[in-house]
Amino acid sequence: MEAAYKGVLTIFLGVGGCLLYYYLSNQFLDKVLYPAKGDNAGRNINRANMIRPWLFLMPAMVALGLYLAYPVVATLWYSVTDRNQGGAFIGLANYQQMMNEPKFWEAMRNNMLWLIIVPAASTAFGLMAAQLTDRIRWGSIAKSLIFMPMAISFVGAAVIFKLIYDTRPADQAQIGIMNAVWLQFEGGVGSWLILRLLPALLMLCGAAISVYTAYGLFNAMHKKGGVILRSIGILVLALIAIAFLSLGVGALTSVHPYGEPQTWLTTPGWNSFLLMVVLIWIQTGFAMVIISAALRGIPEETIEASIVDGANPFQVFFKIKLPQITGTIVVVWTTITLVVLKVFDIVFAMTNGQWETQVLANYMFDKLFRANDWGVGSASAMIIMLLVSPILIWNVYNARKEMK
Amino acid sequence: MATIAGSKSSLTWAVHISVTALVLLWLFPTMGLLVSSFRTSDQISESGWWRALFPTEQNLTLRTADPDDEGVQVQTNGVYVIDGNLFEAGSEATISVWGTSSREIDIYKAGDTAELNDGETITVQENGDYVWSAPTEISGRGQRVFATATTPPEFTLDNYKNVLFSGDSTDSMAKAFFNTLTVTIPATIIPIVIAAFAAYALAWMNFPGRAILVAIVVGLLVVPLQLALIPLLRLHLGIGIGKGYLGVWLAHTGFGLPLAIYLLRNYMVGLPRDIIENARVDGASDFEIFTKIILPLSFPALASFAIFQFLWTWNDLLVAKVFLIDATGETTVMTNQIVELLGTRGGNWEILATAAFVSIAVPLLVFFMMQKYLVRGLLAGSVK
Repeated sequence: MEAAYKGVLTIFLGVGGCLLYYYLSNQFLDKVLYPAKGDNAGRNINRANMIRPWLFLMPAMVALGLYLAYPVVATLWYSVTDRNQGGAFIGLANYQQMMNEPKFWEAMRNNMLWLIIVPAASTAFGLMAAQLTDRIRWGSIAKSLIFMPMAISFVGAAVIFKLIYDTRPADQAQIGIMNAVWLQFEGGVGSWLILRLLPALLMLCGAAISVYTAYGLFNAMHKKGGVILRSIGILVLALIAIAFLSLGVGALTSVHPYGEPQTWLTTPGWNSFLLMVVLIWIQTGFAMVIISAALRGIPEETIEASIVDGANPFQVFFKIKLPQITGTIVVVWTTITLVVLKVFDIVFAMTNGQWETQVLANYMFDKLFRANDWGVGSASAMIIMLLVSPILIWNVYNARKEMK
Repeated sequence: MATIAGSKSSLTWAVHISVTALVLLWLFPTMGLLVSSFRTSDQISESGWWRALFPTEQNLTLRTADPDDEGVQVQTNGVYVIDGNLFEAGSEATISVWGTSSREIDIYKAGDTAELNDGETITVQENGDYVWSAPTEISGRGQRVFATATTPPEFTLDNYKNVLFSGDSTDSMAKAFFNTLTVTIPATIIPIVIAAFAAYALAWMNFPGRAILVAIVVGLLVVPLQLALIPLLRLHLGIGIGKGYLGVWLAHTGFGLPLAIYLLRNYMVGLPRDIIENARVDGASDFEIFTKIILPLSFPALASFAIFQFLWTWNDLLVAKVFLIDATGETTVMTNQIVELLGTRGGNWEILATAAFVSIAVPLLVFFMMQKYLVRGLLAGSVK
């Protein structure tokens, strides 16, 4: 309880201090420095009004500069110096050391997977949920339930999903739903249909969608140009399609250890995906809310016209609605990408980067606070910054355009 | 879409089913935690939580009272009798079949009488009442009874009592709860105050460099706070703040400001110009316009950001770990406490689930109460 009293007291002091600053500084400006009376009243008012914006902005600018702008420079500096040599400049040695570590490349590889899968899956689920819930009467309740994980902390979600992935020895009752379901499969026809045919078909669908999108890009390239960006897109999509196909083949051919409870989180290969599920579960609601608002913002005339012209529901969705919300989807995608790049708590709480699940943010934390290697830690932070900067530039560019 | 054209889609039922499935899928994980937090550790390890909602059939090994204990054995008409109930008081389990040997656990029905050695007999009723009688004095340990019993769903609040009110420092969430609250409230209010003033200046005051400042704020929106950890920790240690509440408030304020300024500025720009200009003509100063007109009108935007920042600071682990929690662990927050429980109490799901739910409950409450503002803030923050 003592902590509570102290907390309340400090809340009053902190917030009160802030308010007091604004009040007193304005009073000072108006009453003491440039009083709006006497001989120079007019000049004083003008001068006070020139200074006032900076009075209003000062605390924010100090905080932003100190807590966000300065660290970028400082981290850059730490990443090219060595703390043990008294902060001597050592060029790119830290980066070199980092590049030689297999754990770093593991983190990079995993981060790339996270970057592709989580935004894609969250956006896709969100789009589906938005489209479906908008059509029914209890849609708003459904929406708020799907949206709910947004309020749950990553750590809480980690506990929730650890319970799902929990493993007990074979002779005990399984309390994790994943193993309980897994033990229902015994290798018969049902297992074949659900564990082999279904995933293989899903992978085939994924491959088909990527090929179709690549084909669309190819056509657009012929019509509109933009050869470089579009060919990169096609290349990436082709790689994704190949990955889908090989996963599909794997689903058909791999040997499943039926009847044995699996330790899901410690089996390299799939465990990263199981961690991604946690973030997808959280972010889908966000995607759904934004996309649903965009869907409702589509002018109804366009939809009515297409229906009058004889479009079926699928055509309406893919050819009329989807193209009109592309901008929103890009925003959702980039927002989730930013979350993914900073994902730390989930990995930290569930596996702490063991069993080949490392990601950059956790790698960095590991270097900073466990290995106490500030140079490499800062270097990996700079890598995260580097990955974020295209989005940063894009956002600033858009904001500038809007201001004009 | 079809409804707009005037005809109801024939696929409505499919939509209903898929939405139901989706909602259940999304609720299922949280339900697991919630249900588990109301079960005892035995119940959790005996069956999956999804069975907790239905009566369960279990094979139990039970034991009668010990004959050697004082007053247990009663002699009437030359027959020694021990009677009692196999279950603990308050149990609502019902026995269907039972046995006295581990090899034959289902040879007797409830109400049957079993013959034991030396002319002893035992009768077990459905509700666990037993009568164990013998012609001579019974000695040794209590008789084992293997029973197949159906237990109705049973829930307990003991976990919450343990986690919230027991003095045990390793499992206790009470302190962490207050610490989290102490971090959260100033870390929510301070950035709002600072950002509101800055947003007003950026929206309604004319000064050189305004556009550039807005662009900088937009840029800082996406700077990962990972970059800030070491420089700021050094700074805090250097200027004597060290690790503590002040440091974590300042850090949260700094990290939350770009979004706050961005949201509030976008909202304030949209306020009607006439009101502000009329007030200016009437002689109101900027400070008065801000506190008397802009602030009340901006309530929705303030509320949206407040919810964001509250959720973010309440759920944060990284900032607290770096800027707040020192070696003594006195200032631990709930997220950190849970991560530590995951390490030390990895298998004790009753404690883990309860602790996690305690920390989740407040944000969920805020979420459901103020969802309108949260959604509004999300839309203002990302859709342009």
